[in-house]
Amino acid sequence: MSTQQSVLFDAPGPRARRVIMIGNVVGGIVVLGVAALVLLALGRKGQLDADLWTSLFTADAWQYYFIPGLQNTLRAAGFAIVGALVFGLVFGTGRLSQLRAVRVVSGIVVEFFRAVPVLLMMIFFYLLLGFNKVDDAPFLAVVFALVLYNGSVIAELVRSGVGNLPKGQGEAGLAIGLTPSQTLRSIQLPQALIAMLPALVSQLVVVLKDSALGQIITYNELLRAAQLFGVGNGNILQSLVLAAVIFIVINWLLTLVARWLSRFLSGRTAGATTTGPGIGNPTVVAGGPAEDAPAEAAAR
Amino acid sequence: MRTRHAGAAVLAALTALTLAACGGGEVGDDSTTTDPEQTAGGGGGESIKIGIKFDQPGLGYQDGSTYTGFDVDVATYVAGELGYSEDQIEWVEAPSAQRETMLQTGQVDMIFATYSITDTRKETVAFAGPYFVAGQDLLVAESNTDITGPESLEGKNLCSVTGSTSAQRIKDEYAAGVQLLERPGYAECVTALTAGQVDAVTTDDIILAGLAAQPANQGKVKVVGAPFSTERYGVGLPQDNDICEDVNAAIEKMIEDGSWEEFVTKNTEGTGYTPNASENPPTVDPCA
Amino acid sequence: MGDYLSQTWELAREYDVLGAFWVNIQLTFWAAILSLVLGTALALMRISPVPSLRWAGTAYVNVFRNTPLTIIMTFMVLGLWGQLQVTLAPDFAGNFFRLAVIGLAVYHAAFVCESIRSGVNTVPIGQAEAARAIGLPFLPAARLIILPQAFRGAIAPLGNTLIALLKNSTVAAAASVTTETSSLMKTMIEFNSNYIYGIFLTFAIGYVILVIPIGLLTTSLSTRLAVRR
Repeated sequence: MSTQQSVLFDAPGPRARRVIMIGNVVGGIVVLGVAALVLLALGRKGQLDADLWTSLFTADAWQYYFIPGLQNTLRAAGFAIVGALVFGLVFGTGRLSQLRAVRVVSGIVVEFFRAVPVLLMMIFFYLLLGFNKVDDAPFLAVVFALVLYNGSVIAELVRSGVGNLPKGQGEAGLAIGLTPSQTLRSIQLPQALIAMLPALVSQLVVVLKDSALGQIITYNELLRAAQLFGVGNGNILQSLVLAAVIFIVINWLLTLVARWLSRFLSGRTAGATTTGPGIGNPTVVAGGPAEDAPAEAAAR
Repeated sequence: MRTRHAGAAVLAALTALTLAACGGGEVGDDSTTTDPEQTAGGGGGESIKIGIKFDQPGLGYQDGSTYTGFDVDVATYVAGELGYSEDQIEWVEAPSAQRETMLQTGQVDMIFATYSITDTRKETVAFAGPYFVAGQDLLVAESNTDITGPESLEGKNLCSVTGSTSAQRIKDEYAAGVQLLERPGYAECVTALTAGQVDAVTTDDIILAGLAAQPANQGKVKVVGAPFSTERYGVGLPQDNDICEDVNAAIEKMIEDGSWEEFVTKNTEGTGYTPNASENPPTVDPCA
Repeated sequence: MGDYLSQTWELAREYDVLGAFWVNIQLTFWAAILSLVLGTALALMRISPVPSLRWAGTAYVNVFRNTPLTIIMTFMVLGLWGQLQVTLAPDFAGNFFRLAVIGLAVYHAAFVCESIRSGVNTVPIGQAEAARAIGLPFLPAARLIILPQAFRGAIAPLGNTLIALLKNSTVAAAASVTTETSSLMKTMIEFNSNYIYGIFLTFAIGYVILVIPIGLLTTSLSTRLAVRR
């Protein structure tokens, strides 16, 4: 990034370079200073003791806590993203239907589930399934809540994906004698789906993060496993740090995949996977909607 | 055509990812699985689901793949008397705040999780037992001398777990000016205590003794040792159960044949804790 | 049916549902202000000429955008307050409320930053070139030319972030804020399981009522304020 030129500022001359260098050094010192203060404070509390950290990297910790926890997180996220895709396709095309009634109902469903907090839905399904003696209520509650929320986000992606296609695509379909729904199915949807794939991968990040809410309703996902591990070893903070790092690494890799997909697919659809030139730093432009569109949705 | 292939390929990849993740995992071991085969049978099924704490050393505690503690030993004994061998028991975590829900919703068949018998709880669940009588006490920093009982908590900071009544009792009956922190587990409370952000952690003495005996906490915290309530630990059962009498019989037998004594000694060794002799071993209440 | 409705209504008044929503609205209000300030600063860092600032901004966004909010909230209580002794109010209730606000703000600041950056992307290159041509250095150019237009372009994504923030305020439960909506809903259902649908719908509709105006407002604002080009 540093080698690429932005239009926001001139290439720094000798004086500006000096100022920037000083800025870098001062910034670095401030960051290091704050970090040192935090570490000192933690050290005084004994939170940096080696054995609090080394116990995180024993076979037991991973075999009985972190790996099973991660498996549960991935399991819930996997079911949820597939369910959400189905939900999103059904209600997204529902909002594009020729029938007014179908459009209205789909619209209400999508807007409702987009507005209700995921945690409220999880608690509701957990108690509802539980009262009805359904097995594995915590897991199902996590999946249902994630499907309904993320499904309605995907429904909107489908709708806007079709809406963003050049008009000519739909017109061409109608011109060769396809019905509107055939046009939607065989011309518009396939292209819209390709265009939204990067956003879909980014949505997986949201799903993964939200699955951590499952610990509130006793689903034994990664965060809950980290808490349990921390109990026996007196290192709950350290254990949570490790869980956070695992989440960050997985989600960051998914973000990279989304960005790569968006570049890779941009030539394969009439839909927009990139935006026009902007003036922000160059990576934004290259990232296109994989950065922008999901950024809006990804907050949940 | 090319677009379709790319789409199909990515969809296939997503599906594969999901399938790969389908295996699922169980924190601790596979005994908390709700395997449909195992749980399908309601009455007289293959296995029994017992709710315990996973995070209370000395009472109900998950140690890697095994479960240890007094509640676990008692539960194993009672389940044995009901005709379930050890490998037919599915241990399920029953956090304080979820115990009523878990019984009401059938996620567990019985709960042995430091579950005090109270009238409020009897409105929603049934109890067998009691099998132990503990008392509410305080855990403070090793160097602390000014907290001697619940009255001395005025203006102090106190930590307890979400859904437990013990902190509310102190606020209502002893020290109205106490500030309450609620966390999901006692370990988080002890972390706040050793960091000096709360002055005391409150719950039943036997739980506190187990926490204080943890290697990570030794020498940092101590139990005050002046219990100020009577907590009769019962076996939580759904209200429409038909096993209350059998559970009571099992508890009586356990006390008679010396197993109870053995479980207490085994699980409180090295904590310096002795159960209140005037209340223990308890006599069971008749089933409602 | 009418009976069910009136019973649910009675419950909602008995448990002070409005009070719980008010807690979430307050959490959202303060966190929105904080995250807007922090997010704008981060966005400036990410488009600035100083490499270390760009790097720091990017690192911040990548870390906080990818961490579950639940973990951040737990760290607020166990780490920031528990270990680092950062106390924000003399009483516990106020203290944890403010910690929750900070937790919500640091998380959503990453999204605010990305929203503003996407707004910056809507500003044509000519604007920045013109600013440079008349000799404006980076900060004045950003303040006078770029950001005013970027904010207008960022209204829609910022609105989405605000909606997300409102809904995420329920996660304050993980920071020991016990009076907010998700905790209250759980208690209500546990003690009145016959009314589970009514209770859930009460809370769900409450959020729909709060969210839809924000959505409509930001949509109309973003079309009204969009810079015509």
